[in-house]
Amino acid sequence: MKSLLVRRLVQAVPVLLIVVCLAFLLLRLAPGDAVDALVVEMGGGDPGLIAQLRADYGLDQPWPVQLGLYLAHVARLDLGWSIGFSRPVLGLVLERAGNTALLMAAALALALSAGTLLGVAAAQSQLRGRGWLDTLLTGFGLLLYAMPGFWIGLMLIVAFAVKLRWLPLAGIATVPSFDTAWAYAADVARHLALPTVALSLMYVAVYLRLMRAGMLEVAGSDFVRTARAKGLPPGRITWRHVARNALLPMVTVFGVHFGMLLGGSVVIESVFAIPGLGRLAYEAVTKRDLNLLLGIVLASAVMVILANLAVDLLYARLDPRLRGAR
Amino acid sequence: MTRVLRRFLADRAGRIGLAGLVLVLGMALGAGWLFPGDPLAVTGPAQTPPFQDPAHWLGTDRLGRDVLAQLFHGARVSLLVGAAAAVLAVGIGLLVGTTAGFLDGWADEALMRLTEAVQTVPSFVLALALILVLGPSLGHVVLAIGLGAWPGPARVVRAEVMALSRRDFVDAYRCMGMGWARIAFAKLLPNALSPVLVLATVITAAAILLVAAPSSLVVGDPNRVSWGSMIADGRAVLRSAWWLSAIPGVAIVVAVLSVSLLGEALTAALDPRRRRR
Repeated sequence: MKSLLVRRLVQAVPVLLIVVCLAFLLLRLAPGDAVDALVVEMGGGDPGLIAQLRADYGLDQPWPVQLGLYLAHVARLDLGWSIGFSRPVLGLVLERAGNTALLMAAALALALSAGTLLGVAAAQSQLRGRGWLDTLLTGFGLLLYAMPGFWIGLMLIVAFAVKLRWLPLAGIATVPSFDTAWAYAADVARHLALPTVALSLMYVAVYLRLMRAGMLEVAGSDFVRTARAKGLPPGRITWRHVARNALLPMVTVFGVHFGMLLGGSVVIESVFAIPGLGRLAYEAVTKRDLNLLLGIVLASAVMVILANLAVDLLYARLDPRLRGAR
Repeated sequence: MTRVLRRFLADRAGRIGLAGLVLVLGMALGAGWLFPGDPLAVTGPAQTPPFQDPAHWLGTDRLGRDVLAQLFHGARVSLLVGAAAAVLAVGIGLLVGTTAGFLDGWADEALMRLTEAVQTVPSFVLALALILVLGPSLGHVVLAIGLGAWPGPARVVRAEVMALSRRDFVDAYRCMGMGWARIAFAKLLPNALSPVLVLATVITAAAILLVAAPSSLVVGDPNRVSWGSMIADGRAVLRSAWWLSAIPGVAIVVAVLSVSLLGEALTAALDPRRRRR
């Protein structure tokens, strides 16, 4: 267990380095730098001042030096100064990461529970020979998978916020808010309901398919026949024996989905105007804020790597066959 | 080959997918013939609801431009960009995957770390950054999406090629004095293609979805109408004319669903173990 952790952490270091280098080189391709953007915002400035600003931010150095400077700072957890927001990048990222994490956790919980339940239902219907429910659910899954997340978001806004007026249109909480504790939590939950559904529907479809395929595969194995021969009740076999084993492949793909979910929340956050990491990334790009975008790219890479690490450890714990091997 | 084709056509999913794809491709190809002229030209009163004016079947948008004409012309851009991005992603994936799978050791290690690095950055954030760095032209959108989507095919091809590279026929080619690149790309790769074919449909579907997203975030090409830009345009009048966002979304759903169904049927037809009951 410990050796797995150490090996994974060591493997993550070059990956992170490559991510930083790629992002840095990519943004060097951009026409204009942060000082250009700053000068435009100030409404122009004399050449002496511009040169002074470039020197202050280290932008007059050749790019390998800039990359080296950045790497040295990152190693000390100093992500630099955001020119667009006039604040340290780390603080901005940490402040916004909470909202994104909340949205992602809610969407994931919804996708996992709904996907699992629907997948089990579809597989059971297929196994019992009443195929119509299976066909219906599989078709429903394909339909969900074909819908763009931001479009679902817009349609949900039309239905529930504009026409029915049940839920708020945008934002993460009512402004100004004088609510405390539970009232505030309820307010945030009301604001997050539509974005959560919009973000999770595609993953509901993915987990439905995986769960269905896993259930059908496990249902044919010998230990299930044994359980049936022992005279266990069918519900117990379905949930304790088949479903638990079918859950394993879903854990593996979660690591991959984490990154996609993070990308999806960029779109959803901008549709629903939620002040999260994704919206920050969008603002950073429009302001040509190199430090900030690099900070976000790095932060999301670290989050994805940590999520994958957690998945590996969880997998090793969940699957007893892997316990003896390590 | 004919057996695969017959099994594919016997599948209901395959037939529906094919029909849907023919419909959307027909829209793209027939756009210039059915709706000659600029789809972005103002042709009527603004915000006519659909099914009311016989001159504009699906109504007009907030500037009075015909929605149906935009939908047909938008099919071109959306499908073309989706397909091109998928071709680019699969191409890079084949190159990286075959090289990594055939050359063990440090080359494999380095390429796989690169693949992991690209995979750790959310592909949408990567695409957004690339489009804003390079500028919002169609070619750059294709590049941005293709550069984010290649790790998937690369991993699949690597696994296939790795398994194949231990076969005897590879040693035979080596003894003949054939170079590694020729063995890997000319002899091994064709045997590893069928899972990639299925993956290509998945990537095309994902690319059509992804293409719509950046253009909805005002970073698309403003002079080309696409389904994504139509949704973005309709978003400004979401309260008063929701159908302007809804209609192009339905077109996207039809296109992506058809491609997914096609992939589904292709998987079943190519895999002799997985016959449908």
